[in-house]
Amino acid sequence: MQTQDAITPGYAMRPKLNYLNNGTTLKSWLLTKDHKRIAIMYLITVSLFFMMGGLYAATIRLELLTPASDLLETGTYNKVFTQHGILMIFFFLIPSIPAVLGNFLIPIMIGAKDLALPRINLLSLYIYWLAGGMALWALMQGGVDTGWTFYTPYSTTFSNSYVMAVGLAIFINGFSSILTGLNFIVTIHTMRAPGMTWFRLPLFVWAHYAVSLVMVLGTPVIAITTLLLAIERISHVGIFDPSIGGDPILFQHLFWFYSHPAVYIMILPGMGVISELISSFSRKKIFGYEFVAFSSIAIAVFGFLVWGHHLFVSGQSMYAGMVFSFLTMVVAVPSAIKMFNWAATLYKGSISFDTPMLYGIGFMGLFLIGGLTGLFLGAIGLTVHLTDTYFVVAHFHYVMVGGQVIAYLGGIHYWWPKMTGKMYSEFWGKISAMLVFVGFNLTFFPQFLLGYQGMPRRYAAYPEEFQVLNIFSTAGASVLGIGLVMPVIYLGHSLIFGKDAGDNPWLLPGLEWRTTSPPPTENFAVMPVVTWEAYEYGEESGLDVEAAKRRLAVEAAT
Amino acid sequence: MQNTTWVPLFPEQASTFAWQVDALYFYLIAVSIAFTIPIVAAIFFFSLKYREKEKFATPEEMHGSMVLETVWSIIPFVVSMTIFLGGAIVFFNQYTPPDDAMEIYIVGKQWMWKAQHETGQREINDLHIPVGRNVKLTMATEDVIHSFFIPAFRTKADVVPGRYTYLWFNATKPGKYHLFCAEYCGLNHSGMGGWVYVMEQRDFDNWLSGNVSGQTPVEEGRDLFTNKLGCASCHAGGPAQRGAKLENVFNTDVKLVGGGVVKADENYIRNSILNPASQVVEGFQPIMPTFKGQVTEEQLNSLVAYIKSLSPNAAAAASANTAAANKPVAKPAANTAAANKPAAKPAANSNK
Repeated sequence: MQTQDAITPGYAMRPKLNYLNNGTTLKSWLLTKDHKRIAIMYLITVSLFFMMGGLYAATIRLELLTPASDLLETGTYNKVFTQHGILMIFFFLIPSIPAVLGNFLIPIMIGAKDLALPRINLLSLYIYWLAGGMALWALMQGGVDTGWTFYTPYSTTFSNSYVMAVGLAIFINGFSSILTGLNFIVTIHTMRAPGMTWFRLPLFVWAHYAVSLVMVLGTPVIAITTLLLAIERISHVGIFDPSIGGDPILFQHLFWFYSHPAVYIMILPGMGVISELISSFSRKKIFGYEFVAFSSIAIAVFGFLVWGHHLFVSGQSMYAGMVFSFLTMVVAVPSAIKMFNWAATLYKGSISFDTPMLYGIGFMGLFLIGGLTGLFLGAIGLTVHLTDTYFVVAHFHYVMVGGQVIAYLGGIHYWWPKMTGKMYSEFWGKISAMLVFVGFNLTFFPQFLLGYQGMPRRYAAYPEEFQVLNIFSTAGASVLGIGLVMPVIYLGHSLIFGKDAGDNPWLLPGLEWRTTSPPPTENFAVMPVVTWEAYEYGEESGLDVEAAKRRLAVEAAT
Repeated sequence: MQNTTWVPLFPEQASTFAWQVDALYFYLIAVSIAFTIPIVAAIFFFSLKYREKEKFATPEEMHGSMVLETVWSIIPFVVSMTIFLGGAIVFFNQYTPPDDAMEIYIVGKQWMWKAQHETGQREINDLHIPVGRNVKLTMATEDVIHSFFIPAFRTKADVVPGRYTYLWFNATKPGKYHLFCAEYCGLNHSGMGGWVYVMEQRDFDNWLSGNVSGQTPVEEGRDLFTNKLGCASCHAGGPAQRGAKLENVFNTDVKLVGGGVVKADENYIRNSILNPASQVVEGFQPIMPTFKGQVTEEQLNSLVAYIKSLSPNAAAAASANTAAANKPVAKPAANTAAANKPAAKPAANSNK
């Protein structure tokens, strides 16, 4: 009852049935068309893959504690880092924010009952499960040792591991991405509620629109590439292997034509989450909304034109290298625009430091370092030295983990009350956010120094002078590991013992906060009509500030 | 590595590129700090100053500022262009070997580096070079992609199957430096490396004379050409010969059947031995059999060296015997310049 008055009357009526208890059988979950249930099933699956990938990471860091390859044989180490990369990239990072948070929130944020193509949404989950199952099967059979990049001719001719099975899993998984992206594009175009114009969309939706374009246009290329790989491996048609007339560099071009845009698949949704967090917890409209929105589109477009910066020392021509270096520098601009606008959003705000906001601020710090070190790697003369060293490893972990994983965790904490109706322990949430931040920096900052010093990546054994920095890195990884395990415990705890979160615990204007928590299967009791701009916190957005304050006072008194 | 410090933050500078790459690195660190300080300071300052004073407050609304957006779009663009230019200039130097470099052939294979000097000496996982001389590596691989990486020289290049790739440098300081394989190449990738020994010219000459091996690449190539592989039966018969003339062909433009023109460089010669039908010289029939599978990468190198030696004018530029003309292309760091002898003395064992 006490939560009723915090939201606009009419939209939410606290129905008995919400999406979680509307049907309790296994079948009602497995055959659901509800985007929220599909998102929850994605959440559970990507979390399992994240844990597996994390265990591989822990193994890597333990092995690198000493210079010799003593914990693992080199062959095992090669499989461990390969499988860490494959699980984390294809089965965690790419689906993480879009398939979990995007799936759950996009329809609600635009005021729709579901995605435009609910059956396709379920199909994409099943494809993901099939692909994930295949990948796990291949790992159990003996795994794969090519690196997640599958460079030829090692992967086609020399590796005796399960390259084909894992390649097929990635091929199949791509269809899941394509279908999700397609669904988002159609939904955002056709399902917006009356009054929800393009420039009233939350930036989270803009970011997903951009990422969906990349998914739909880029993923077919990795499918083609794995198919060509399979043709060469099975029937020895010369495509990539020069001994039968192919070109190994062609593989790198094709691979990175997808995999560089895929890097933006792995960061754009995170940027969308951060825009929401920064605005919500400073109670300010995002500074330069249009610039932040269009910078997402610009990143998606330019992201397709920079793949050659992975080939600076691969034997591509000097002028090709310079053109790609130039284009890479251009991508820095939209990323910088986002950073400046986020920081400016804080100006004259009313900033509170709840757990999601700690992740938001942590993201800004880590993405700043990740983005700036991207400039180091775009400067072609410098990258000749840095390519394939730990500098690259540190850089992409700052972007992928410091960016996407931090944003994902921030998003999970931010929308947890909406998704479950329960509030987690704020105390443990803050401790965990800070441990993750400190542990992350301690793990990966030393790797920049290792990289400049010249330690190559994918080394099971290394010269002794690199050991001290590796010890720092492994120590940091332990802290990071603890910080990442904690949310599993306190979020799980909150499901059973957590207090009722209310429909709108932070009194926010987004449509997702104007329905009940957890939302009903249809998302809204009455279909909303949008009359306010995005991120309006004042009276005109229809939020009852006085009532919310009364509720706080009542809560404080009891 | 003469000074293994407790926590090595910085590799030694031992080539003429090193100071350029390091200067770029420091410039980027300066740029990073210049961007980080205002952003982090703003976040800290705003977080303290605008901390919420009451729950659910509604601060005054702001929509953004065209002026600010323009400023913070243009400044990063201009700065990133300076970085691009700096990087491109350094890269141009790294990518363009000088004509007077002494050549060394490198063959990578799982998991070792094999080197052969023009004077015939071979080594594995070690590379001995003189200080202050331009050195150009012509590199091939027997199996997968490898990458030849010397951190102290701040340079590397992938070695790609099916073609030659090149790497050049001019070492500025005698010493012993790490050599790594930087491109993942399978089981023992992390063991594929060794040391680069940079020596004073006199020590290098001593090392060369202490390691005399049977044949130089040119001699071995001649042997293969005339005896073992029988190339000479078609390619060395004077005006009536069946195969294309090879004398004075290196580094010239060759007309092909079908109308194309190709520069007869190392990659062309290599390809013509392995895939003779793919680029047939105008006026000849595609009758040459392939030698794929019959020659090792090292024998290929020797054949290429021999065919280059048939074009004395073009090959002379790349010969070790022209070291007198050697000048570092880029200015070495001031502190190492003193140690950098002009190296005007020709190599002791010439093989004209």
